[in-house]
Amino acid sequence: MRGGQSVMGAATLARTPSPAGLRALRVGLFAVAGLPAMMLVVGLVQGELGVNPVETLLDTTGIWALRFLLATLAVTPIRWLTGAVWVVRLRRQVGLWAFFYASCHFAVFAVFDHGLALAPMIEDIAKRPFILVGMSGLLLMLPLALTSTRGWIRRLGKRWRQLHWLVYPAAVLGLVHFFWLIRANRWTEPLIYAALLAIFLGWRAWRRRGVALRDG
Amino acid sequence: MLIKKRRASDVLPSEITPESIYRDRRRFLRTSALAAAGSLLAPGWSLAKPMEALEPLGELPASEFSTDTPANTYEEITTYNNFYEFGSGKEDPMRLAPGRLEHRPWTVTVSGEAENTGEYGFDDFMRGLTVEERIYRLRCVEAWSMVIPWAGVPLAEVIRRARPTSRAKYVKFYTRYDPQVFPAQAARGMGFLASIDWPYTEGLRMDEAMNPLTLLATGLYGKEMPSQNGAPIRLVVPWKYGFKSIKSVVRIHFQETEPEATWNQLAPHEYGFYANVNPNVDHPRWSQARERRIGEFFKQDTLMFNGYQEEVAHLYAGMDLSKHY
Repeated sequence: MRGGQSVMGAATLARTPSPAGLRALRVGLFAVAGLPAMMLVVGLVQGELGVNPVETLLDTTGIWALRFLLATLAVTPIRWLTGAVWVVRLRRQVGLWAFFYASCHFAVFAVFDHGLALAPMIEDIAKRPFILVGMSGLLLMLPLALTSTRGWIRRLGKRWRQLHWLVYPAAVLGLVHFFWLIRANRWTEPLIYAALLAIFLGWRAWRRRGVALRDG
Repeated sequence: MLIKKRRASDVLPSEITPESIYRDRRRFLRTSALAAAGSLLAPGWSLAKPMEALEPLGELPASEFSTDTPANTYEEITTYNNFYEFGSGKEDPMRLAPGRLEHRPWTVTVSGEAENTGEYGFDDFMRGLTVEERIYRLRCVEAWSMVIPWAGVPLAEVIRRARPTSRAKYVKFYTRYDPQVFPAQAARGMGFLASIDWPYTEGLRMDEAMNPLTLLATGLYGKEMPSQNGAPIRLVVPWKYGFKSIKSVVRIHFQETEPEATWNQLAPHEYGFYANVNPNVDHPRWSQARERRIGEFFKQDTLMFNGYQEEVAHLYAGMDLSKHY
């Protein structure tokens, strides 16, 4: 492993927590990441999701899917910049939350926009490029979620890494899906996400080039 | 001459929702810590906002053009608005418009190809006009809809009073331009991100403007128009997508050529000049076949001309509505 060289010299951050500490971090992450979903459920029950609750459900689940997807991509740069190798051990959960919110997003669309009627739903997906793009992103995430277990990581070996490269196209598709929906001047949020994605992908490309120059 | 037709499905004045039901408001705006936190986490969560004090308009004559579909609640109508001058979020107008948008003094300018042009203070403008109640369906181009009990005057009466000349083929409307009042008007010019060229303008063909359904609304639910709904006076064209119903109007201009309309100029392939509600012509990015009535979870079919085909279909006879969308 090439890890360990800490750019920021954040010594405390770089130190791997104890197993108990890591478990606590995972539980904490679970509680925080599940909060938006919990608030949606509570809001729905109490009728506090605003005047158009379906829109709130759709927008909120979609936004959080993208945020968690970006967060998974942030893990590796954070690890290299801080030397905190252990953050990688939280990545699976972050990725699964992205998949969870993306699935909820699709479920809201399927249930409330189409009443689970399959034929009109397929027609809608095929006819609307922005839905097709979002749907493709979700489908790309499906094998990643399914093979996220320790057993599958072992079974797939080297190919596991290759398969999980799909997270990049999934993130790009998710972001395109988001951009496609914008009317007039609501560009701030998608632009921030696009900038983050560009940084995360660009950083990887730049690092790979550096490694290739050094090693090759 | 105006031809008034009554459809079997139309409501009798006596059947209109009584005021007691109007006032039976759903109380979903609560100042709870949960809601405050929620607005950060979930875009639709609302923060409580004191209501504007609005004068009741008194007894309003009912109209044969009103629908008998139950109206949306006052909260729904006043907390979920597209009024981009105050921001592009649905809750920006209700947060920012009350207090910023002064309803008086208000001047409406009548100009262009007409004999009786001039500047009118709001009360002078309304003098001699009878405000009536019109319960209309409103269909937004974003595929949601509401039923709204407007109060207003037929635009046709205002037009007759202005005595347009034979060259007046179209009517153009302007929203007020005042960056002190409308934050989004002040935040203009960001290169390719610059979106709307203020002031917001809209237009109707003369026969559309003269149609008895077309309303200049000055209130809703029997009271003055709330700021976020386009106070003090706005257009309501119920068979067209909501963006045609321009808010906070300060100018009515008669002209010979088709007027520039804001959304049409911004994205002509997405928003036509006519913008008639049409379930058969989709928006390039989404379907217009169905709509979500605010207050309901599942979608319903969208009706041709938003269900006003008897009143307006003749205006478009012979026109290819997939081309003139």
